[in-house]
Parts: sequence; C-alpha cells; structure tokens
Amino acid sequence: MATTITMPQLGETVTEGTVAQWLKKVGDTVEKYEPFLEVSTDKVNAEVPAPVTGVIKEVLVKEGDTVPIGTAIAVIEEVGAATGTAPAAQAPSTPESMAASANEEPVPGFNIPQLPTKPAAASSGNGHARTGNGVIPSSYGAPGGLDTAGAEDALRKASPAVRKLARENNLDIRAIRGTGTNGRVTADDVLTAAAMGPAAAVGQAIATGTNFGATPPPAFAPAAPPSAPPASGTSTYGEPIPGTVIPLTQARRIIAERMVESKHTAPHAWSMVSIDVTNVWKWRAREKDRFERETGYKLTLLPFFIRAVVESISAFPLMNAKFTAEGIYVNKDVNIGVAIGLPTNLVVPVIKNADKLSIKGLAIAGGELIDKARRNKLGVDDLAGGTFTVNNNGANGSWASAPIINGGQAGIVTMETVEKKLLVRDDDSFAPCYVMNSCLSLDHRVVDGYVASGFLADLKKRLEKMGPDGAL
Amino acid sequence: MAVTAGSKVLNNVEAVRETLYEAMKSDDRTIILGEDVGARGNVFLITKDFINEFGPERVIDTPIAEASIVGIAVGMAMEGLRPIAEIQFADFIYPAFNQIVGEAAKTRYRSNGEYTCPLVIRTPYGGGVRGALSHSVSIEALFYHVPGLKIVAPAFPADVKGLLNAAIDDPDPVLFLEHKKTYRLIKGEVPEGHYTIPIGKANVIKEGRQLTVVSYGLYVHWALEAANQLENEGMSVEVIDLRSIRPMDRTTILNSVEKTRKLLIIHEDNKFGGIGAEISAMVAEEALFSLDAPIRRLAAPDVPAMGYAEPLEHEYMSSPAQMADAMRELVKF
Repeated sequence: MATTITMPQLGETVTEGTVAQWLKKVGDTVEKYEPFLEVSTDKVNAEVPAPVTGVIKEVLVKEGDTVPIGTAIAVIEEVGAATGTAPAAQAPSTPESMAASANEEPVPGFNIPQLPTKPAAASSGNGHARTGNGVIPSSYGAPGGLDTAGAEDALRKASPAVRKLARENNLDIRAIRGTGTNGRVTADDVLTAAAMGPAAAVGQAIATGTNFGATPPPAFAPAAPPSAPPASGTSTYGEPIPGTVIPLTQARRIIAERMVESKHTAPHAWSMVSIDVTNVWKWRAREKDRFERETGYKLTLLPFFIRAVVESISAFPLMNAKFTAEGIYVNKDVNIGVAIGLPTNLVVPVIKNADKLSIKGLAIAGGELIDKARRNKLGVDDLAGGTFTVNNNGANGSWASAPIINGGQAGIVTMETVEKKLLVRDDDSFAPCYVMNSCLSLDHRVVDGYVASGFLADLKKRLEKMGPDGAL
Repeated sequence: MAVTAGSKVLNNVEAVRETLYEAMKSDDRTIILGEDVGARGNVFLITKDFINEFGPERVIDTPIAEASIVGIAVGMAMEGLRPIAEIQFADFIYPAFNQIVGEAAKTRYRSNGEYTCPLVIRTPYGGGVRGALSHSVSIEALFYHVPGLKIVAPAFPADVKGLLNAAIDDPDPVLFLEHKKTYRLIKGEVPEGHYTIPIGKANVIKEGRQLTVVSYGLYVHWALEAANQLENEGMSVEVIDLRSIRPMDRTTILNSVEKTRKLLIIHEDNKFGGIGAEISAMVAEEALFSLDAPIRRLAAPDVPAMGYAEPLEHEYMSSPAQMADAMRELVKF
C-alpha cells in the first residue's frame, strides 16, 4: 500500500516549508521513524521521520523547492502491504476508533489513506485492528517530535517550569525543539528559544561582520521571487554560475535578514586601535606546541584576545548591554560570540560565561565550537545567548574591517592580521614588533564614542600587558 | 592532607570524643550517661578514660534500660544539669520513645516556658557495616514528625563538632545522630576550641547547575562521589548536605531547586514517609513552577530491616553507582 507524505507543519504559525535535502532517494528503503528528509522553514530546520517502513516510490518535490504545508511531497510503498499483513497495531483499536482517528485527527506530514473497504478488525484474528497507514501512534517520544501529535504531546508533558517560562517569554511550547529524554522540551530549551528571539526559535542563527567595503543589499526583500528564473537549478553558493540565480538557503536568508535588520535599526559607529601584541605573540609561540599536545586544540591568538575583551567588558559593562524599548539592558552574563566563516555561510557560536574562563579554558571552549562548526554539529545551545561578538577577521590578511553588529548586542570587535613592524618607542628606540589592528563597531543607541573609545583603549592596554609568560 | 593552622585532622569518632571531652572540661553541669559509657568507655571508645578523669557521678554507666536513661536525663535537664544521654545503638531507642516524644519534646510547651529541657541524646545509626537487624537502623523519620524535638545528622567531622556543641548549648532537646559507618571512615579538618554550627542550616558542599541532590549522613559522601563522577561526564550537579533534619533548611533547598529546576533526594532510611517525602512536599508547595522534572527519591525499599547477608545489605542500600544513574537520568530528563 502506498502512503503519500505531505509537507508537515513545523510550528503552528508556519505555512510553507522548503525541502532542504532528501536523505533518501527513490528506491531506497526507510524504516518507520527513520529521518528521510530535511525540511526548513523560517522557524525551524527539522528532519522528518518516515511514518511507515517501506520503499521510496516517488519524490514529488525537488530539493530547494518551497511548497505549502499539506502538499504531497513523496510516496512510500509500504513493506508487506502486498501480502495484506501489515505490522501489528501499536495499540488495540476498534474499527470505530480507527475510523475516528483517521477522520478527525489527520496528522500533517502523514497523509491519511483511504479507509479499507472492509473493517480492519475483520481481517485480524486476535481482535487487534491495524492502524490506518500514516496515522502514527501518539506515543511519547516519537523521533523528530515536530509532527502535530508530537507537538501536542510536548504540550501535555510540559513541566511546570517549562509552562511558566514559555508563558513568560510568550512562546508556544509546541514550536520548540526538545532536547530532553524522548525529545521532551526542557526548561533550558525554552530559555534557548527565548534567547534566539522570535525570528529563529530553532536552527542556525547567523550574524557577523563583513569585510570592509562589502555591504549587504540595501533593501533585501525576503519574500520577493527572483526577477529572472534560473536557467538551470544547478547554480549553488559553492559553485556559482554567472547569469543564474542561486536559490536562497535558509541560512543565507537568515543571514540576509539579520544583516539588514541590524544595519537598519542599530546606528553603527566605528573605531580602530593598533595594538602591540609582541608579548602575547611570544607567549603563544612558546606554549602552542605543548598546548596542542595536551588538549588536542590549536592555540591561536583568539583566546588571549577574548580574555582581554571580557576583562575590558568588566571595566565597561555598557559594552555588554543591548538596546530595548524599555531601556538599555545590561547583561548579567558575558557570553562571547565567535564568528566562524564556513564555505557557504557564517555561524556565531557562543562561549558562555567567557569571563569565568582562563585563557586555557577559552582556548578549549573556542576549539570545541570551531570543531563543531566545521563538522556542522552546532546545536541550538551553542548558538544562543551571545552578548558581545569577536570576529577573527585577520586570518586572510585583512588590515581593517567594519563589522555589522550581531543584533541585540552593543558591539562587535575584530582581530585583524598580525604584522611585523618597526615601532618607535617612547624613548626613541626602535624595535621590531608584532602589531595587530582591532576594529570596533558599536550600536550608538547604547554607547557613545566616549565609552567605546575607553573600551578600545582598555583592550589595547590589557593586550599589551599580557605575557610574555605566565599561566595560561 | 595539608592542615590549616588552628585545625587538626580527626575522624568522626574523634570529633565526637573531643567535643564531649571539651564540654565535660568546660562545664561541671555536663553529665554523660548510657550503657557502657563509663568503665567500657563506650563501644566505639568515644568516652574511653572519661570515668577516670571526671568520676562515676558525671560519667554514669546505666542499666540496659533506655526508658530510664532518657527519663532520668529529662529530669536532670529540667533541674539545671546538662545531660548528654547515649543510646548505644539507635536500634535500641524504641523503649525511650515516650520519654523523648511525650516528655522531652513537650517540656517547654507543657510548662508554658517555665521549664526547658536542655538534653542531648546521642546515638549511632545507619548501616553498611554488616550490622544486621539490630545495628543498622535509621530512626530519623520516626522522630521528625515531632515538634519540639531537634534532629541533627552531620556527615563531616567539623560539622560533628560544631553541631554537637550547638546541641549541647541548645536549651531544648536535640537528637544527635551519628552514622556509624562514617565513624572511622570519614576524616577531615576540625578547628580547635569551642565553636558552633547553627542547627537548621544545610550546607551546599558542591555547587552545580543542572540538578539539586539533597542527602545527609553517610550518603552525602556517596552522593558527592557520584556527582563528581558526573562532573567528569560534563554534567553539573549541586549537592546539599542537610546536616539538620529538623528544623529543616527550607531556604537553601528552595534556592537550589529554583536554580537547577530538578531535585533528587537520597537517604538510607525507608522511602515511604521518609525525610524525602517532607522535602518533596515542601518543594512541590513552594517551588512547583521551578520544577522541570518530577522530584525523585532514592531511598530504602519497604523492607522491615537491613538484612545481615551481604547481598541483602547491598539490596537495601543505594550505591554511588545507583546514585550516579539516578542523577544522570534526571539531568538528561
């Protein structure tokens, strides 16, 4: 028997979904509950589990195509259907209840097939009717947990803390991805969703600086279709073909929206200092081999820089604030986002409570996040809660950049390339030194130049005082 | 172990002994009475040689008659002495139930404040020592229902001394529980000289973010071991040593649960109607909307006693591994 799969509703306010990737192709076998495609919407990215065990017979929607929820997207030929001996029902069910569930509780994403012409119970010797194809039992913990049954289940099983936090943050528990046992939505999940803001309750959150001179499109219209349809569907971000339109991935769309939003709402101002990092450079050079041997992570300049940043933030807490309608909210925690460039997008995982970590701790925490980012394993927790951002922009030789502030933060600071230069000291002596520029974009609604330049000067002073030895 | 100046390392037996000795030295009103506390010097040698130094009028060997031990001590306390009565094993306390619950705990109330009963009843309790039916019992839940009675069950030597001093100084009766497996197993720094730790104040012995574990007595040490194991696995568990069972430190428990949102109570006493039941009810009443998981209790099964055979003892008690499993489940819940 063939089961038609429809585009599921991932979140109650969502009206359409994009087939991000088919995890199975026509002819492949899927197990019940096995993820067989990825769907992205403007709220979530999710793997969709197969409702039945079977073989993919038809794929009706191409990767990258966006269709309204309920649209048929694939057909699965159920295994064993030909013999007429379907798997036993998950729960005893009378023909009446089966009919009722089939008629009254359609599950988006799992198309309800025609009822058998004969009552199912009649074909079952033990009195257990089989469930209708596509009707998943609303058992606690169905993988994925994003279908409606799972979502309703999540609501029913929500703990008092989850209910309270969701109420306080005006969030719908059903739209939050659970990371607890059996996909339960935990209190932390709610807080994470709240921290991500309404634009992206789940999924990749992106925002960071761009290179000096490069600016995002001045007026980006997310919903506008391309004026000229692509000649072929093969042009991608990784392999752009001149004269074609690259369809927007969810990540690109979010990057674009966030950039425009930040640049349009936060009046950016910019400043730069030049920092003598000779001692830090020497310190790092001496420690880096041993550090990598002991921890498995490379020791870059980044943790030294973040350490100085968090110390300067403690001296200038306004740099760790955000502009809200009620006033300027000064964050309690110091969570440093680290912009990491990937071939097709940009992620900003967050080192939580970075002010509580030593240079060594920052190096390990940063190393873990970079490693996860490269393996595409960053979770929602890793991306949420940033209060200030550091962009290591100098790796490719950039000397100055004007980053765009990560929305909801007061500033973003860059590390530019480290260059060897001859510096003239106060006593007129010359010395070869390692010098790095650091650029700051600030939200002028939150801080003025007085605070920002104080912060930058403080940062410079701290970095120049660091090293050349000591405990990491 | 590096020892802080003004401290020395003692085990729990030595901490009790030192505290009793200092109390006997500093206040002539202090009387120790109980079975074998004199000539024998207590079965754990806590009061060894006390009778030689302080004489048989202040270190009194009593008959095997617990009702008399406590009854006489209540009279002494009401008339101005500072008796420290010993019940040789908590398993033997039942004959004194009336004297403790009916007399000592109600003295202040019955006399409208005219009399108090500054009495300490010390007793070793708890299992894990192959003590079988008559030397393994936990009695705290039998007494914690009683207003007017304070109950203390420290786990660390420094707390033993500070709380025993507080119990001796207290104007009302205190039941002082000493876990016998910790007697020589647990060592720690103990400050010299007289100091007290307030009765009714719990101690957060390990801070954590994802789960609150409340325990007391021997299990505090095992819970800490399990929590440290979880720390290595990347989970952050807060461990609270209750120290005092009554009055109970509601504030410390509630503050912790409001932070971690999850609660596990571990005790050696039976689960049904145990200390964990009271803590659970209190948290459910006061902090329901902080809870992100059902409150869980890990405690002894409803079996009349801890068996003698080793497998029976193990079955009755919770191991550090079981504690770690329960913690893991809750953290991941």
